[in-house]
Amino acid sequence: MEIFGIPAQALYGQLALGLVNGAFYALLSLGLAIIFGLLNLINFAHGAQYMLGAYVAWMLLSYLGIGFWGALVVAPLVVAVLGMALERGLLRYLRDVDQIYGLLLTFGVALILEGLVAQSYGWSGMPYANPLPGSVDLGFMRMPMYRLVAIAISLVVCLAVWIAIERTKLGAYLRAASEDADMVQAFGVNIPRLIMLTYGFGVGLAGLAGVVAAPVYQVSPAMGSNLIIVVFAVVVIGGMGSIAGSVIAGFGLGLIEGLTKVFYPAASTTVIFFIMILILIFRPSGLFGSTR
Amino acid sequence: MTADTAMLSVRDLHAWYGESHVLHGMTLHVGRGEVVTLLGRNGAGKSTTMRAIMGLMKKRSGSITYEERETITLPPHRIARMGIAYCPEHRGIFSRLDVQENLELPPVIGADPLTLDRVQAMFPRLVERRHSPGTKLSGGEQQMLAIARILRTGARFLLLDEPTEGLAPIIVKQLGEIIASLRTIGFTILLVEQNFRFASGFADRHYVVEHGRVVDEIAAGDLAAGSERIRAYLGV
Ligand SMILES: Nc1ncnc2c1ncn2[C@@H]1O[C@H](COP(=O)(O)OP(=O)(O)OP(=O)(O)O)[C@@H](O)[C@H]1O
Ligand SMILES: [Mg+2]
Repeated sequence: MEIFGIPAQALYGQLALGLVNGAFYALLSLGLAIIFGLLNLINFAHGAQYMLGAYVAWMLLSYLGIGFWGALVVAPLVVAVLGMALERGLLRYLRDVDQIYGLLLTFGVALILEGLVAQSYGWSGMPYANPLPGSVDLGFMRMPMYRLVAIAISLVVCLAVWIAIERTKLGAYLRAASEDADMVQAFGVNIPRLIMLTYGFGVGLAGLAGVVAAPVYQVSPAMGSNLIIVVFAVVVIGGMGSIAGSVIAGFGLGLIEGLTKVFYPAASTTVIFFIMILILIFRPSGLFGSTR
Repeated sequence: MTADTAMLSVRDLHAWYGESHVLHGMTLHVGRGEVVTLLGRNGAGKSTTMRAIMGLMKKRSGSITYEERETITLPPHRIARMGIAYCPEHRGIFSRLDVQENLELPPVIGADPLTLDRVQAMFPRLVERRHSPGTKLSGGEQQMLAIARILRTGARFLLLDEPTEGLAPIIVKQLGEIIASLRTIGFTILLVEQNFRFASGFADRHYVVEHGRVVDEIAAGDLAAGSERIRAYLGV
């Protein structure tokens, strides 16, 4: 069977790959959006924190024999705790200055983290065993089992986070403080602590994405910096600070990338940036962003 | 009101926005159960005084004691938890929260708060519009919401910054009744108000603020002589 002159199997295959990539875009841009919303910080360490999640998973397996499912819980917590220490130790002092300082600081932290990991484990990638080998027959195509699960994990986590932010009391504090943190603090909410926890949560999501990525891609020091530039484009397209926008744009752009690979492979690595430019010209606050 | 019986005492308060020195030695006292207003021209420093009491001015000095405890070094959330609630000049309603969420946002910080039911009975419009985004309310409704949400926290001391600003006379009258009733159920209130006629209906005392300090104090009983002086200060 063919669709627009393309074998259907190739089309489905690329769409599936696109969805897998989109799953990571969504998890990463979601964390960035939450952090940006409250801290007004463009967290350039996000890619390194994703990489750290993958390495912690690898270390848990290699040194402690803790497998993928254990790592899925432990590694994000480790990354979150390191993130909170970064927030307490450095980032909080930059709250009242121009956001460029936070961007530069986290960029520096990213370089240091990458360097430290490369120093210990080398620049070349290391494999992480696939915890769920085999594939499933979806009727129209066969899909590797693990990739299906990766998409499902991302979807479930994004949905849970969205519900937590839109439907719970803690989420209401977060939304309100993203608009006017002083006001919420004047009600008696400990905003410095909320900021620390929010940063920890956002980078914990990056760590989680790193764990999920480990079996799909190689675990390597540069795995985050390769990805994060695309993710920043996703965030701009979705709308800085928009929770739903970051998730929808993440999956959507993953799919668009997959489609481009089928129809015009040469543009597949640039199509997202092309869309970003169009968005910046015609809708600068992003697809789902509020103008503020 | 003397300093030693006051619920809130502000002494020689200075505050800055960056390098700009805005409060130059504010001193005022509010006794338990009193309603006290700050009057003064635009830019006199009334709102800044409230922000400083709430701990929202990063750079401030002097002394602010609430129930005999010094608060000048405390962060805003610690000050709020002592029992002070703040309704800011531009109401501070959150657009990403609906009316009900706005109403229930402030955590309960004091013993014996007004129940949600009671607050909603005072402001029936907020029940009708509970699913609207907070900032889709009219100005008057937003002001009601901004006051309502701090009543159910158990705070006993309210800072109300120009609640009548920009509102229609009928709404102003309703607000006056509400504030008078708050007083009778035991709230202590420091109120910023340009509308002296409005405030004189229920206030015990008025402070006149000029250039970041108190320049005069007028008791409610002193109204006849006082209103001449106030007219002079406010230039109205
Ligand atoms: N965010 C700010 N940054 C710098 N200066 C400020 C800021 N807010 C207020 N000011 C200045 O501080 C002074 C006092 O302002 P404040 O808002 O306390 O006055 P106000 O008495 O409340 O006036 P109004 O009746 O207009 O509300 C003014 O000169 C004002 O220009
Ligand atoms: Mg003011």
